[in-house]
Amino acid sequence: MGFLGRLLGRGEHSSGAVAKERLRLVLSHDRANISPALLDTLKDEIVTVISRHVPIDADGVEVTFSQNARETRLVADIPLSTRGGRYEK
Amino acid sequence: MAARVITVTSGKGGVGKTTMVANLGIALAVRGQRVVVIDADIGLRNLDVLLGLENRIVYDLVDVVEGRCRLRQAMVRDKRLSELFLLPAAQTRDKSAVQPEDMMRVCDSLRDQCDFVLVDSPAGIEQGFRYAVAPADEILIVTNPEVAAVRDADRIIGLVEAEEQGPTRLIINRIKPDMVRRGEMLDVPDVVELLAIDLIGIVPEDQDILVAANRGQPLAFSSDSSLAGRAFHNIARRLLGEDVPFLPLREPGVLERLFRFVRSEGD
Repeated sequence: MGFLGRLLGRGEHSSGAVAKERLRLVLSHDRANISPALLDTLKDEIVTVISRHVPIDADGVEVTFSQNARETRLVADIPLSTRGGRYEK
Repeated sequence: MAARVITVTSGKGGVGKTTMVANLGIALAVRGQRVVVIDADIGLRNLDVLLGLENRIVYDLVDVVEGRCRLRQAMVRDKRLSELFLLPAAQTRDKSAVQPEDMMRVCDSLRDQCDFVLVDSPAGIEQGFRYAVAPADEILIVTNPEVAAVRDADRIIGLVEAEEQGPTRLIINRIKPDMVRRGEMLDVPDVVELLAIDLIGIVPEDQDILVAANRGQPLAFSSDSSLAGRAFHNIARRLLGEDVPFLPLREPGVLERLFRFVRSEGD
């Protein structure tokens, strides 16, 4: 954001931009009928299930929504653990 | 004639549904369309006062539904525009007096008598919303560029989609161009992107709306007087299938006006 943008309040912290970001999240939860708490539960259980089979980096797991028009998707980003690569047995 | 039944709804109250119905009704009637506007907000009737027709009501929607009068007897003809009729809501009853089938029956019997039936839906997602949306061929969702109104609009869009009704189009009402310019209000593309439905109108905030309501003389009667009045007429034209560009919301700056003035002098 340039100096002018800041001067005009048009940056990412302007209340209009904040409103849009907050709405994006709220609408995702509303549409999917998934609360933030339920999303956390899903994430924890996904971590448990996957790590039973594959070593993963549990702290790096992110479960989020993605929107495409009025279609909502649940997206899980699961980094595999870097410890114990395939050349070490 | 085979009327199009269009329900105007919003979820949240106070976003300008009734004002929208009054002005769209006038703008369509001015273009020679025969229009019936129905106030479906039983118990909280207001379309009559916005239109300045409150002193001419004899019967209402509930009287029609319960068979105390014929449909024609309940319709109030606007003397300023012979093609505009109001079917008022009952004021002393509540939403339980009307079922979705009742509204479908009323609208169906209007279909061969006019070009447009505009239904002014009550706020909320309960019975009133259900019966207002039931007869709709098309739905117009009115929202304001603010978080609560956009969130409720999204909920309404979801409910309408679940009922497989529509098409559904969006009107963004009460936008304040100077606040948008400062980044302190959601802009039109933001709201369209969030709600992901087609846009049919943008109406700027205008103090004259209140003055018009005070007088019972909606802005659309004098189309050229204000940006909001023109916006209502543009929505009516789009409903009639015209391809009308959206109004630029920004007032031209001093330099721009000077430039235009100089250019027009040169013509």
